[in-house]
Amino acid sequence: MTAALSIQGLEKVYGNGFKALKGIDLTVQQGDFFALLGPNGAGKSTTLGVVSSLVEKTAGCVSIMGHDLVTDAFAAKRCLGVVPQEFNFNQFEKVYDIIITQAGYYGLTAKQVAGHAEALLRALGLWEKRAEPSRLLSGGMKRRLMIARALIHKPKVLILDEPTAGVDIELRRSMWEFMQQLNEEGTTIILTTHYLEEAEQLCKNIAIINYGEIIIHTGVRELISQLTTETFVFDVEGDLGQLPELPQYQLLHAADDRLELTVEKGQSLNDVFVILNDAGLQVRSMRTKANRLEELFVGLIKKHQQQKITEPLI
Amino acid sequence: MSEARIAVWSIQWVAFSTIVIKEVRRFMRIWQQTLLPPAITMTLYFIIFGNLIGSRIGKMDGVDYMSFIVPGLIMMSVITNAYGNVSSSFFGNKFQRSIEELMVSPVYPSVILAGYVVGGVARGVAVGVIVTLLSLYFTDLQLHSLAVVIVVTVLSATLFAIGGFINAIFATKFDDITIVPTFIITPLTYLGGVFYSISLLPEFWQGVSKLNPVLHMVNSFRYGILGISDVDVIVAIGMLVGFVVILFGFSVWLLRRGTGMRT
Repeated sequence: MTAALSIQGLEKVYGNGFKALKGIDLTVQQGDFFALLGPNGAGKSTTLGVVSSLVEKTAGCVSIMGHDLVTDAFAAKRCLGVVPQEFNFNQFEKVYDIIITQAGYYGLTAKQVAGHAEALLRALGLWEKRAEPSRLLSGGMKRRLMIARALIHKPKVLILDEPTAGVDIELRRSMWEFMQQLNEEGTTIILTTHYLEEAEQLCKNIAIINYGEIIIHTGVRELISQLTTETFVFDVEGDLGQLPELPQYQLLHAADDRLELTVEKGQSLNDVFVILNDAGLQVRSMRTKANRLEELFVGLIKKHQQQKITEPLI
Repeated sequence: MSEARIAVWSIQWVAFSTIVIKEVRRFMRIWQQTLLPPAITMTLYFIIFGNLIGSRIGKMDGVDYMSFIVPGLIMMSVITNAYGNVSSSFFGNKFQRSIEELMVSPVYPSVILAGYVVGGVARGVAVGVIVTLLSLYFTDLQLHSLAVVIVVTVLSATLFAIGGFINAIFATKFDDITIVPTFIITPLTYLGGVFYSISLLPEFWQGVSKLNPVLHMVNSFRYGILGISDVDVIVAIGMLVGFVVILFGFSVWLLRRGTGMRT
C-alpha cells in the first residue's frame, strides 16, 4: 500500500547556517495515528513545515499519498490538511467564511460543502458562532476552527501541530475523541505534541526527533515494552524515620510522607505492601511517577544528548 | 485538453473566484476605509482645483480646466486604489499568516496572483466609477472612445495592482507598504500630467516627463474621454501590456520561490 507520508533524506539548513534537519527518513502508513515527538527545537515543526509547503527544503524527497511534493504538488497538496501550531486565519473574517474560503482553495464551492461545513462546525461546537468574526472566539474555539478548516476538503492525511496546546482538560479530551473518530473513519493523522500522555493514548506509531535526527521510529506498544522499570509514588502514613528493608526493590524517601519505589517490569508489588504494613506504614494512595512514554522519552533524549556530547568534533 | 487537465483547471477556477470574492468582500466590508476616502478627496479636488482655481486658469489644451483634470483625477483614484488594495490585503494576510492557507493548498501561484490582482482592479474600478459619478456634478463629461477608456483603465489598474503585490511580497512591516505610494506613486502621479499638459513644459522636461508611465496612463485615459492626449495612445497601451506581462511573470516567479513567505 502507498505510504500516506514518505520522507527520504530530508535536510534543511536555514539562512543563518543552522542545520535543522540532517537527512531524516520517515514513513507513515495509511490509516496510522502517528506522533512526531521531540524537545523544543528538535526539528518537528521544520519537518511538518516542509511537508506543508511552508518551509523550503534544502535536500531530500517528500511524497504524500504517493505524490511527490515537488513534481506532483497539486495532487500531493489535495491529500493534505494542516492544523498549525499558531492561529493563522484572518481574524476579521467570520467563522463560516473562513471555512468556505478554504474549501474554495480546493475547488469546492460554498454550495458543495454547505452540508459538510455545518456537520464539522456542529461536531466541533462552533455552529452557533458561525456568523461571528473569528477574533472574538476563545482560544479553544480558535483551535477547533483551525481543525474544521483543515478538514473541509476531507483530506486523506491530517497534520496536527500541537493541537491541544493551551487547551483545558475537558476540551482536550473531547478533541481526542474527535481525532480518534476521524482516524477510525480512515484519515491518517500525524501529530506533534508535548503531552506524551496524548501520544500514548492516541497513537499507534511514533518517531522521536532530536537535533534534526530521527532517533527512534517504532510502534507505541513496542516502545513501551522496552520499559524495564517503573517508578511508583506512595503517600504513606506512619514513622518514616527508618525505612524498612526491601532488598529486591529500589526505595527512596522522597518527602516527609512520600516514598518512591522503582520496580523491575513484571515484579510483584504484593511483598512491598506486606513489608510496609509490618513496618507500621499505611499506604494512603499510590500512583506512577511519570507517564510510561514520558519516562522512555526522557531516557532516549538524555541518551542521545550524551552520545552527541561524546561524539568527536571532527 | 484531457479530462484530468479540465478537472485541474476547474479547481483552479473555483479557487480564483474564491480569492476574488474574498478580496471584494474585504474592501466592501471596510468601505469607510476603501471607498469613502477617495470620494471625499476627489470631491475636494473638484471643488478647489476645478471650480475655484480652475475658473481663473481658463482653458488647457483647448478644454476648460475642470474637464481637463477630471480624467487625470479618475485615473489617479483607480491606480492608487488598485495598488493599495493588493498591497494592504496581501501584506495583511502575510502579517496574520493567513497566507499559509493558500500556500498549503493546491492553488497555482499564477492563480493566487490573478485573484489578488482582480480584487485590486475591482476596487480601482469601483472607486473610478464613484469618482466619475461625482465629477458629473461638476462638469459635463464627454466620451470620445469607450474602448480606450475600458482598456486603459483595466490595464492601468492591473499594472498597479501587480505593483502592490510585489510591494507586499517584499514588505516586512506595515511601514513598508506606505513607502512606495508616498515616495514613488504620489510624485509620479502629480508629475504625470493630471493637473497640466506637458506642452507647458520646456522641451527637455517634456522628454523627461515621457519617461513617467503614469503620464501615459493619464493621457491615454484623457484621450478616451476628451479625445486629446500628449502621448501616442497606441504606444501607451503597448507599454502597459508589456509592463503587465513582465511584472506578472516576475510576481509568479516570486510566489513560486516563496519570497517573503517561505523560510
